[in-house]
Amino acid sequence: MDAFLFQVLAGLATGGIYASLALALVMIYQATHHVNFAQGEMAMFTTYIAWSLMDAGLPYWPTFLLTLMVAFLLGVAIERLVIRPVEHAPVLAVVVVFIALLVILNSVTGWIYTYTLKPFPSPFPEEPLWGIRYMSPHEIGAIGITLLVLVALYLFFRFTPLGLAMRAAAQNPQSARLVGIRVGWMLALGWGLAAGIGAVAGMMVAPIVYLDPNMMGGVLLYAFAAALVGGIDNPWGAVLGGFLVGVLENLLGAFVIGNELKLSVALVIIVGVLLVRPSGLFGTVHVTRV
Amino acid sequence: MKRLSVAFLSLCLAAPAVLAQKKYDAGTSDTEIRIGNTNPYSGPASAYGAIGKSIAAYFRMVNEQGGINGRKLNFITYDDGYSPPRTVEMVRKLVEQDQVLFVFQTLGTPSNTAIHKYMNAKKVPQLFVATGATKWNDPKHFPWTMGWQPNYQTEGHVYARHILQTKPDAKIAILYQNDDYGKDYVKGLKDGLGAKAKSLIVAEASYEVSEPTVDSQIVQLQSSGANVFFNVTTPKFAAQAIRKAYDIGWKPVQYLNNVSTSVGSVLTPAGLEKSVGLITTAYYKDPTDKRWDNDPAVTKWREFMKKYHPDGNVNDGFNMYGYSVAATLVQVLKQCGNNLTHENVMRQAASLKDFRVDTLLPGIVINTSKDDYAPIEAVQLQRFNGKQWELFGDVISTEK
Repeated sequence: MDAFLFQVLAGLATGGIYASLALALVMIYQATHHVNFAQGEMAMFTTYIAWSLMDAGLPYWPTFLLTLMVAFLLGVAIERLVIRPVEHAPVLAVVVVFIALLVILNSVTGWIYTYTLKPFPSPFPEEPLWGIRYMSPHEIGAIGITLLVLVALYLFFRFTPLGLAMRAAAQNPQSARLVGIRVGWMLALGWGLAAGIGAVAGMMVAPIVYLDPNMMGGVLLYAFAAALVGGIDNPWGAVLGGFLVGVLENLLGAFVIGNELKLSVALVIIVGVLLVRPSGLFGTVHVTRV
Repeated sequence: MKRLSVAFLSLCLAAPAVLAQKKYDAGTSDTEIRIGNTNPYSGPASAYGAIGKSIAAYFRMVNEQGGINGRKLNFITYDDGYSPPRTVEMVRKLVEQDQVLFVFQTLGTPSNTAIHKYMNAKKVPQLFVATGATKWNDPKHFPWTMGWQPNYQTEGHVYARHILQTKPDAKIAILYQNDDYGKDYVKGLKDGLGAKAKSLIVAEASYEVSEPTVDSQIVQLQSSGANVFFNVTTPKFAAQAIRKAYDIGWKPVQYLNNVSTSVGSVLTPAGLEKSVGLITTAYYKDPTDKRWDNDPAVTKWREFMKKYHPDGNVNDGFNMYGYSVAATLVQVLKQCGNNLTHENVMRQAASLKDFRVDTLLPGIVINTSKDDYAPIEAVQLQRFNGKQWELFGDVISTEK
């Protein structure tokens, strides 16, 4: 029984990692209706920026805020310079651009910072909280931060005029333009926000998996599974999906199918969801009249 | 006129005799020996690139001192980014276009596996490959391939022996990477434990390199009640495993494979205080170890680094590794004399007798024969004291 409980806790901890990146994926999907394959590498790159700032002597929280701003600008810049020119290109062309971004960011980071593993600091205490040894304080804190981001996003989209404008621009660009919303800039803003969320995810993930240019490779796959399970257009669903995938993966790996097939769990989830319920558990079902 | 014709005649007579003495295959002449190599100078494993650079520096030194039997070493090294398809492409270029006499220290288990059959079909030596897999010691089926460092099974054997000596009632848990490298270690440990393997090993868990963490596996191993933990992982996962075991309060005797012993990139990220007591093996002198500060071989190595490889990091053990393996090759080429054929290179590599490289740990010698393609078969155990590795016990050899 103990073993079972411990696996669940360890699963929640890794699930928190998937949830935070899934949130960034959902964000960009909501704003632009694209799935950004470079999301993980963007998060990794901004985490390296945070590392450089701290290496230069800046304390944690100022670095945190500064990194968010840099990430936001980076996201906007990528949309303006790279994505906008292929705005009307077929989906496949956009996918190619995303993958190119992934490879470029990965190798540029390796070139600048080398591939050697780096420890990344955590803002949370080192000693176990409430005697729980199976989730480190950082893992608990990271889940808390992910939930905070989630609430902030909800409030932003639900209650601010800018949030409303962004939703409108994504859902119906023509009509949005007719009522005076600058659709192009809303998309750029969406990219900026997603990059910011990605930066938070990166800074929360790095203390757990250590900072190296390939740290997001495996995580991204699970984040996709998480986002799909929850519904690619539902932030709450994505976070819940993250925890679900984390726990499921651990329990199946430890007690049912063995560790060799753990990764396959994520892939089966992706294919299964797309086949059976493409909108995910909590996503909206789109009906188009033809 | 008469004198001239005599001179001419004697020249004609002498020429075949000289030719009979000197034997050349592709890539060699009176002035040159061409050597091929691939290394990951870019990509995920580029930390290993230091090896290729230090070998090149060593050959620069040899050439400056007059070369080997008057011939200069021409070291042609290409970047394969640790990607096997690129290794194949580069090695074919080396063999077919650059016409090297042999390839030396090609790096990586997957990369060398990709060219294993090709080299043996071409009958061009694949000498002293930079990987610890056991399959390079198979002269019967692959007579053109030879490893250099102690292989993973040898190391597994040594740990098994130490466990049997110090903890006969051990309950062993194993974490291993699910590929050739991981399975090699596990096999070595099991062979070393012999008949007791079944009763002593209580849990085994594997992981894939694509997994974000190995936390789940560590929790699994802990719940088996094991008191010995054999950690067969690459740097990132090694650091995660050491930290997780400590964090959840699991305190077994820990054996860490030689692949992940870097203080800088494994133990520091894991936490130095969490790494105290780890046991692993060593076979060459660690340049950061204070005990070698006045060692003549290490002093000589430092001078070499300063003069021929000033960009290299003197705290990086890979530079010591490259230096030692290059020294071994130079010995082989010296033994070859003027008979520089594929066949003779392999024959000489397989007839090293008690050859000593002074940067290897005292007591470790290199022996090979036509049935024994495993040059270094001895290691010494060392334990981490919170600051650095400390050697203990004797050099343990598994040579038959």
